[in-house]
Amino acid sequence: MTGRRRLEAILLPALAAAALIALWHSAVKATGTNVFPSPAAVARGVAELARKGLLVRYTRDSLLRVAAGYGAALAIGIPAGIFLGWRPAAARAANPVIQLLRPISPLAWIPVAIVLFGISDMSAIFLIFLASLFPILVAAMNGVRGVPAMYRDAGRNFGLSGGALLSRVIFPAALPEILAGLRIALGIAWIVVVAAEMIAVNSGLGYLVIDSRNAGKRYDLVVAAMLLIGVIGLILNLLIQRVSRLRAVQWGFREESA
Amino acid sequence: MIPVPEPAPRRTKVEIRGLQMTFRAENEVRVLENMDLDVREGEFVCILGPSGCGKSTLLNIVAGFLAPTAGTVKIDSEEVHGPDARRIFVFQERGVFPWLTVEGNIGFGLGCLPRAERERRIAHYVGLVGLQGFEKAYPQELSGGMKQRVEVARALAVDPDVLYLDEPFGALDSITRLVMRGELLRIWRAEQKTILFVTHDIEESVQLADRVVVMSARPAHIRRIVEIDLPHPRDLSSRRYLELRDGIFEEIGLAHRI
Amino acid sequence: MSVGHKVLPFAGVALLLVAWDIAIRVGRAPLLPGPLAVGRAIAELAQKGFLVKHVVASLFRVTWGYLLAVAVGVPFGILLAWYRRGGLALAPLVEIVRPISALAWIPLAILWFGVGDLSAVFIIFIASVLPLTVAAMSAVGGVSAVHWNAGRNFGLSTAEIARRVLLPAILPRLLVGLRLALGIAWLVVVAAEMIAVNSGLGFLIIDARNAGNRYDLVVAGMVLIGTIGLCLDAAMRGVERLPALRWGYAGAAAETA
Repeated sequence: MTGRRRLEAILLPALAAAALIALWHSAVKATGTNVFPSPAAVARGVAELARKGLLVRYTRDSLLRVAAGYGAALAIGIPAGIFLGWRPAAARAANPVIQLLRPISPLAWIPVAIVLFGISDMSAIFLIFLASLFPILVAAMNGVRGVPAMYRDAGRNFGLSGGALLSRVIFPAALPEILAGLRIALGIAWIVVVAAEMIAVNSGLGYLVIDSRNAGKRYDLVVAAMLLIGVIGLILNLLIQRVSRLRAVQWGFREESA
Repeated sequence: MIPVPEPAPRRTKVEIRGLQMTFRAENEVRVLENMDLDVREGEFVCILGPSGCGKSTLLNIVAGFLAPTAGTVKIDSEEVHGPDARRIFVFQERGVFPWLTVEGNIGFGLGCLPRAERERRIAHYVGLVGLQGFEKAYPQELSGGMKQRVEVARALAVDPDVLYLDEPFGALDSITRLVMRGELLRIWRAEQKTILFVTHDIEESVQLADRVVVMSARPAHIRRIVEIDLPHPRDLSSRRYLELRDGIFEEIGLAHRI
Repeated sequence: MSVGHKVLPFAGVALLLVAWDIAIRVGRAPLLPGPLAVGRAIAELAQKGFLVKHVVASLFRVTWGYLLAVAVGVPFGILLAWYRRGGLALAPLVEIVRPISALAWIPLAILWFGVGDLSAVFIIFIASVLPLTVAAMSAVGGVSAVHWNAGRNFGLSTAEIARRVLLPAILPRLLVGLRLALGIAWLVVVAAEMIAVNSGLGFLIIDARNAGNRYDLVVAGMVLIGTIGLCLDAAMRGVERLPALRWGYAGAAAETA
């Protein structure tokens, strides 16, 4: 990007954010509400959380749960998805099952999670695992299914088969699509951890949102927590986009340069 | 012998002066270098050069889709500032709108005409390009050559004075290409438009053009302008044709044997 | 297609049911119901007239929340993509708000709209509006430059280009986005109905557990949600396949699942 465009890409959002904050501030002043927090109150809320050490602790707890659930989904989803993509018959059998289970909100699984794991970290991690599993599984399955027959034939022509064919041809060819699924799943995992924490545990940013309201109508902390959730979600998304931009996989993303 | 007066020289339709184009991406790329060219009314001019030399850029500038870094383009002594319905660009067959039928595409620019006139024109041009019977077909049902004809018909339907064609037959097989060239010449002689045609195919340029503008590699300038004094219909095995063709081969520095 | 090929999808579901049944019999979680218990629970709901009542209530809320999200999100996304500067300014802000779970909006929803249906609809709206915005932006970004240029070449005004080139061109990709967002809206209905409403499938799930550990009803609710979600998705795919839109099918709808 040229210098001017890069400047625009930073300046314009900053200006828009400033404008929104100003608007928010005037709205609070104008309506004279004493419940909904002003931007300044939210900033003070964040400072308070930092002072009490909760900022780091809750963020870390949420991130750790995501890491565990997402990691488990990766470990199971990718091999399972590749298998399903490789064996079309298996995919045909599994597809309706996947389509049936997918619309069921992780929240709906909460009672099941609690029965299985009680009110604990494992419940939350289980929910994250479930929520992340499907996008990863489906992406791996479609990625493998979508590899052009041409590539497979070329691989076989050079004497590859079975495991070697999978690792040297099929997997790299499917990688862009798998990465796209990983990015979506990470976004979902982050959303679900917050939701899971509201219900099943007592630490983390999600817990903070609910607890701040219930324990004393601290809406400044509610909004502060929401903003933190948003910013961290954005950072996670940017990080995984960076991975997609590595030269080794960039070939698959050339059309998506936006 | 009664001296036969020479026919009045046709007037200049397109006047290009001092055209320069530099793209500023990561680093500066100078694509066009000081181009001067006059195109007479009713002339068929081919712009010939290797891929990537900037000939498409030149055409896009003349058509008003790009602004040059320096220099002017005048059509009918009016400076060009943007695309204009009097001068239509024929893209490759992918320029056809996939959501409209053949009729819909050809009638695209005719919105302001009364209905009867519109239908008459559409029917005329459907016939001119030989697509009778396919009026209600969608582009996805057509072959590449047929889609190209739709695009030409769409361009002609608004009765432009200049047509720009950017390697329009590039995506077609060589047999279809020969047929389409014949069609294009037939239409050109019937409608007497000024045509600027970009190609990398030496044979194509000698088969079609009144004059061939041979471009150098990037940064592009005009190496030579070759007058093709062959009468239509052109005999592709005549000595003069081969002479002209070989002349251009040599100009570009290509060998005759491979 | 061989018989085996056709039977596979059903075989998969059947296998799932069998595995579930076995897991319950063998497992150590006495509270969780097996497939037969769930089947009976669904019959019980139907008999008492609750089945229709809950399904309709949930569909009602989802419809309102989703349609509002479409009405706001799609034009917003188109504008963000059309005006480059606007997009640059606002897209990062959209990316910050998007990861905030619908549940996290519940306290604010209750603050603004009180307890009840309006809050629930708001939650569904919030969950779907930004995915729709992003889908619309992506669809506009996918319009081929050649088509824009052709529109300009024929002397169309901005409004005409929007109507005659932009809208038809984005339709296939937008439909895929609409389908995915509908899935999200439906998914979120459970969260939305946690806000003290007293009907709907989400409510059923939560209430059945709270009011008496009726896990058979809980799972029945889950099964119904899954099935209806599947039907909604299939219906949207049907729309994508309409002949008038099928031209985009090859390109845009390669984004399956």
